[in-house]
Amino acid sequence: MKLLDQFVFTGQIFQRHRVRTCLLLLAVGIGVASVILLTSLGEGARRYVDREFSALGNRVLIVLPGRKETTGSGPPIYGAVPRDLTLEDANALGRIPGVLAMAPIIAGMTTVARDSRSREVITLGSTDAFFAVRKLDVGAGRILSPRSRTEAMAVCVLGVKLKRELFGNSRALGEWVRIGDRRMRVVGVLEERGESLGLDLRDMLVIPVRTAEQLFDSPGLFRIVLDIAASADSDKIQRQMLSVIRQRHDGEEDVTVISQDSMLAAFDNILSALTMAIAAISSISLLVAGILIMNISLISVSQRRREIGLLKAIGASRRQIRQLFVGESLLLISLGSIAGILFAFGLIFLFANLWPQFPLMPPLWAVPAAVGIAFLTGLTFSMLPARRAASLDPVLALRGLQ
Amino acid sequence: MIRLERVNKTYQVGESPLRALRDVSLTIASGEYLSVMGPSGSGKSTLLNMIGLLDRPDSGRYWFDDIATEQLAEERRARLRGANIGFIFQSFHLVNRLTAFENIELPLMLAEQPLKRRREAVAEVLEMVGLTSRARHKPNQLSGGQLQRVAIARAIVMRPRLLLADEPTGNLDSRSGGEVIEVLEKLNREGITLIMVTHDQTIGDRATRHIRMVDGQIDHDHSHNDSNSPQVKNETA
Repeated sequence: MKLLDQFVFTGQIFQRHRVRTCLLLLAVGIGVASVILLTSLGEGARRYVDREFSALGNRVLIVLPGRKETTGSGPPIYGAVPRDLTLEDANALGRIPGVLAMAPIIAGMTTVARDSRSREVITLGSTDAFFAVRKLDVGAGRILSPRSRTEAMAVCVLGVKLKRELFGNSRALGEWVRIGDRRMRVVGVLEERGESLGLDLRDMLVIPVRTAEQLFDSPGLFRIVLDIAASADSDKIQRQMLSVIRQRHDGEEDVTVISQDSMLAAFDNILSALTMAIAAISSISLLVAGILIMNISLISVSQRRREIGLLKAIGASRRQIRQLFVGESLLLISLGSIAGILFAFGLIFLFANLWPQFPLMPPLWAVPAAVGIAFLTGLTFSMLPARRAASLDPVLALRGLQ
Repeated sequence: MIRLERVNKTYQVGESPLRALRDVSLTIASGEYLSVMGPSGSGKSTLLNMIGLLDRPDSGRYWFDDIATEQLAEERRARLRGANIGFIFQSFHLVNRLTAFENIELPLMLAEQPLKRRREAVAEVLEMVGLTSRARHKPNQLSGGQLQRVAIARAIVMRPRLLLADEPTGNLDSRSGGEVIEVLEKLNREGITLIMVTHDQTIGDRATRHIRMVDGQIDHDHSHNDSNSPQVKNETA
């Protein structure tokens, strides 16, 4: 039978069994749509992280105290506790050519109080460079001044949420708050921006690094964030940093330097793997659709026994009968896939309008993979009914027996 | 054209085997008009299905146009059947979702003939059975006699040389039955070989050669218009 003829013939069957056909289309459509939509979530997360990182500027290096590597030769013989990373170390790193800005960060929990209200919050001790490196700005007042690099001034910048909780709607700028056992003046309130790399900056407090050193009574830095020039060689600067640290730490290379690229690559790997896993899980629904098609086809074969017998009597070969039934499933899969793709992209479009912050978008391979899996299951599961139809004995089939 | 030699066929019906054909030997020349009669279960339909290549003998040989058919692969038998043999059934076996035209077109579609040729061929056979005006009707809009004439049109649309009719008038009143027989006899006069299984003595008598089957064997085989030849008793009888 020619392809066009078979198309028309199958179309007439679909028309005859409209409800059954629509339900099967729905099953396939849901399967395809679920693969596309769920992988879109994974891919969306990947893009979201990507965008968060690039919001930081793409040339950022982070230095952490302690050597964090999973490779190595057994446990160290001397129980070496890593040396603290100090402000002096940070300043030395900041002087390396190619480094545009250097923000040392001390972090700790403190109690912030105003009148009777108090809150336990994460407090970051840093400098004006922190705002530049993190691309942060204030909604009111000003950021820390360059003097914060060297002087323990009693000033602070509040996150938006923290400001609201302490001051409500009244003016915070110029007011005094109690932080730990000190009184500090509010000089700025951060602009509303939400999360940055997992830290909720709205619920945070930034004070000068020297003030934090005194407050926490520790010279140890939480980390150092550096912005390097776009033209600079990141690898070379990382090597220079390590050698500076070696000089200052008696030959020990007890820091970890993370480049934003490597962090991004790590996130990328994790989220890509996650997306693949989601795809595998969601394709189960396609498998279910395939099994459904097989069941319906088996019923259809037994209902159309006389017709199959007749087709054989008028010259249809086994191959032709098989082709008819497999073709019927494949046409169902094609139509169902188209419906599923349209539905999925419609939903993605809707979502993009409702929540533009999250870049929901299927990965490039999602649509071909979904359709491919749909066809594969359709083909596999239509084999059994098609073979059963092809092997019907025409004499018995014509009598409606067997 | 058709030569059967000691053909046997046994069906398993429930517990006991049923010998539908026992050592049947039969030769049919091109252009003959045969009626096959006999009680129910005597093997008439089995003989027809065997000749129509729908069934395979358990033993014995069957030549169609000097082709030994028992050994042919299923695909080859299907092609031989499609090109040379037309079937007409008691219960018509039309596909309900298709129009008369589309039903008749089915064999041509399976044989992958071009659309234009198909249209011409279907129009021609529709006219032959006098149903041109009913081409776009579906089976549930046609009377019994019309349904059987559509089935005949479908059976002859491939221009087969052999027409096998299994009780073609069994479900029809005598008037439409008569019309159907007339169409079939007209086709026979134009050269087609016609083999008809029937219960109806008057219809059976109209054939030029009569075969009577009893218990899977050919009991009587005699030619009607050749009165000189003696009544042949089946050799195994």
